[in-house]
Amino acid sequence: MNNILLSAQNLSLRFGGVLAVNNVSFEVRQGEVFTLIGPNGAGKTTVFNLISRIYTPSSGAIDYLGPDGLLRLTAQPPQAVAGLGIARTFQNIELFEHATVLQNLLIGRHTQRQSGFWQDLFFTRTTRQAELKAREKAEDVIDFLDLQHQRDALVAGLPYGVRKVVELARALCTEPRLLLLDEPSSGLNVEETEDMAFWIADIKNDLGVTVLMVEHDMALVSKVSDRVLAMNQGEVIALGTPREVQGDAGVIEAYLGSEGDVSSLRRPAPHAGARAA
Amino acid sequence: MRFIFKTDYMQDIRLAQHAGQVFWYGALMLALLAAPWLVAEYWLAQLTFILIYAIAGLGLMLLAGFTGLFSLGHAAFLGVGAYTQAVLTNAGVPFAIALACAAGLSAGVGVVVGLPALRVKGVYLGMATLSFGFIVEEVLARWESVTGGNAGIRIKQPDIFGWTLSSGGAFYFLCLLITVLATLGILNLLRAPTGRAFVAIRDSEISAQSMGIHLARYKTLSFALSAALAGIAGALYAHKLQFISPDQFDILQSIDLLLMIVIGGLGSVHGAFLGAIFLIAMPQAIAMVKDYLPPTVGQAPGLQGLVYGVVLVAFVLFEPQGLYGRWLKIRTYLQMFPFYRKGMFKRQKTFQKSDRLR
Amino acid sequence: MQLLQLVISGIAQGCIYGLIALGFVLIYKATETVSFAQGELMMLGAFGGLAGMTLLGFPYWLAVLCAIAGMALFGALLERIVIRPILGQPAFSIVMLTIGIGYAARGLITMIPNIGTETHTLAVPYKDQIWNLAGLVLNVEQMVVIAVTAALSALLYLLFRYSKLGLAMQAASQNQLAAYYMGIPVKRLNGIAWALASAVAAIAGLLLAPITFVHANMGFIGLKAFPAAVVGGFSSLPGAIVGGLVIGIVESLSGFYLPDGFKDTAAYVVVLIMLVVKPTGLFGEKLRKKV
Repeated sequence: MNNILLSAQNLSLRFGGVLAVNNVSFEVRQGEVFTLIGPNGAGKTTVFNLISRIYTPSSGAIDYLGPDGLLRLTAQPPQAVAGLGIARTFQNIELFEHATVLQNLLIGRHTQRQSGFWQDLFFTRTTRQAELKAREKAEDVIDFLDLQHQRDALVAGLPYGVRKVVELARALCTEPRLLLLDEPSSGLNVEETEDMAFWIADIKNDLGVTVLMVEHDMALVSKVSDRVLAMNQGEVIALGTPREVQGDAGVIEAYLGSEGDVSSLRRPAPHAGARAA
Repeated sequence: MRFIFKTDYMQDIRLAQHAGQVFWYGALMLALLAAPWLVAEYWLAQLTFILIYAIAGLGLMLLAGFTGLFSLGHAAFLGVGAYTQAVLTNAGVPFAIALACAAGLSAGVGVVVGLPALRVKGVYLGMATLSFGFIVEEVLARWESVTGGNAGIRIKQPDIFGWTLSSGGAFYFLCLLITVLATLGILNLLRAPTGRAFVAIRDSEISAQSMGIHLARYKTLSFALSAALAGIAGALYAHKLQFISPDQFDILQSIDLLLMIVIGGLGSVHGAFLGAIFLIAMPQAIAMVKDYLPPTVGQAPGLQGLVYGVVLVAFVLFEPQGLYGRWLKIRTYLQMFPFYRKGMFKRQKTFQKSDRLR
Repeated sequence: MQLLQLVISGIAQGCIYGLIALGFVLIYKATETVSFAQGELMMLGAFGGLAGMTLLGFPYWLAVLCAIAGMALFGALLERIVIRPILGQPAFSIVMLTIGIGYAARGLITMIPNIGTETHTLAVPYKDQIWNLAGLVLNVEQMVVIAVTAALSALLYLLFRYSKLGLAMQAASQNQLAAYYMGIPVKRLNGIAWALASAVAAIAGLLLAPITFVHANMGFIGLKAFPAAVVGGFSSLPGAIVGGLVIGIVESLSGFYLPDGFKDTAAYVVVLIMLVVKPTGLFGEKLRKKV
């Protein structure tokens, strides 16, 4: 169970003159909850976008243990990512606004489809049975996340907190092996964040899904994460258990600034022996 | 009020949600089947045109309403289908094969027109399709050896397995059959993964891609299917008019098609039909009202254009969901009487956000 | 020499396309909507000038000024009554709305007894004059078009680049709600944008009148202005003019050197090439969504 599921090697990404990600390397083990933390603009979502293949790295690569074995993720096209078992949620919620919650979830089942265009056109038995199966699986996810009341509601009219849950539900419908959560608790109140913490724990323990998440809420991070990677200005500054990283001098400086220093200038962060395995 | 108690997933998947729908659509089908014996020849011809435009409208609705790809040159596909059918039928090819070729060639042209869609969005896609529309029209006019150029060509009557469909009634049944098949096909697609993929692409491309939807493949499929339907409609149009010329497939025809789906109700299958009814009925209505207006107004050549323009503007301003949207509101009112609340369909105030960053 | 003649003729035609495209781009920059009514507004402007001279008996210059002012007012009214309520709806709705306006305008003009269905000449003071310059035969009407276009585009460019008005318009087009919060009078700005665009269209119509004569279907030339805007980039004012010139010259040359029929489609072929090579146009901006 300690296989490496995803391994990022020396990832760098340049946007013109801006180095958004600079020589980032980390490994995500199967079955763990791995969190990326860091101040805004640290490059965390950019790393996610590199994994989802929305961007292509300027240098470096990502290896992934797919259903058929190890492969180079950075050589895959963007639409192949979901089929390999990697699902993600978006920081600014990218739901299908003019569809119901159920339809959003059913779209999430796209990678599991068993009917082609012609079968859909004539709605053959294959399509019908695939539809019933898809509906059952979507209902499982609805039960898991308590979305029964919103099943037929149009997404456009839903409040923010519910949308975040729907986004999570849709990602789960793809039956992922690796789930990328981009700030799952942002915009949620205390109760909703508690629910989210339980769900992430359930996703890890009951569904056996590996979770890679970006998060700012340190309480949530400490509660659910197995390991934490701290980034600042595109670089890795610490890696370890939540406790270790939160105590790391470089991390504290990145978030709070060091003692006696008033202005936050660009400085290389000290790597004070925090490279735990 | 109707309460639908759901006990089975098939209820959501089935085409008819409840007995009431089965009743009304059944009654509609019966009325349509009995039409040749109920209405005069002239009105039957108009009904045939409604069906033909509805088929084209279904295609454009699929492309623009469900996949979000706006085609400002759709008449080009209509033209390709019409001319293919004309040329092949005049050469003696049986109807069914000619129709299949018309659909196939239109689909092919649709794939070509759809190529820009893979790279550009929004207004730029509109420009690309507009350009294709003009180019196709020009090709139809210049390729005189095949299309007869601006003089147009006459078409022989459809010949199905030895039957020559010479009467209006027979041709009407043919159109009705094809319309029903097309509608069922579209409805099937929409309740299956393919149709959902189209809707996903309309609402959020980046999200659709992260769900594993191959954008290029589905966009091309949408263009091809939409063009094929327009090609079939064009073929039937050619047979109905028995004479076609390139100027019947110009930008005004493309705008008429768009007008049709916007007024009908973007994003609904009903919208294609309601729009087709509007498109064919409006000139008739104007013709009937003409006599009651003062001659300066009634006999003026621009009256139809003015009315079309004003109606389109009125719909976009006051009923953006089109005729089908208005019907939904009326139906909800009747269903919930007397509990209908005034603000039920109130539109949220929207602020404009940059489309470039969508 | 023939080539130069063709190029000049193409430039003159291109200036007309450029002016109409300028109107599109103005509206697009301010409200990010594509207006298909520019061609018809141009046609209305030409008819306005005609009405000024024939019905009201004004001398040319007065009629021109009245037509431009009248169209500016009409544009502002149009925006107030018809466009303002639907800003915020999907772009397609707004496009359909402007198509409807164009349709209605064309129908309305055609309905005017006797005048609408016929072709009229506008009695411009420089009508049919020719300059002979270094072996070139220059049509004064075309020269006037080029000169006015140059002056107008320079003026508008300066307006958008250096004035608060221009900056405010761009802000409102990118995020209307935020613009409201910043105290920008968004509605008034939209009205000004439409008034400007209509005035530019009127000028284009009045410049075009001696060349193509005044008739109800003049507006279809407006369709050629879309390729101009695509080539130049939808959000660039100088781009609109440059795009227009490119289209005009390409048309002029292909009319002469290529077989029949290519002249009309040349503009659209250029659009397709442009969309493949550089979709955002020569001067357009490349924007990307950040997720």
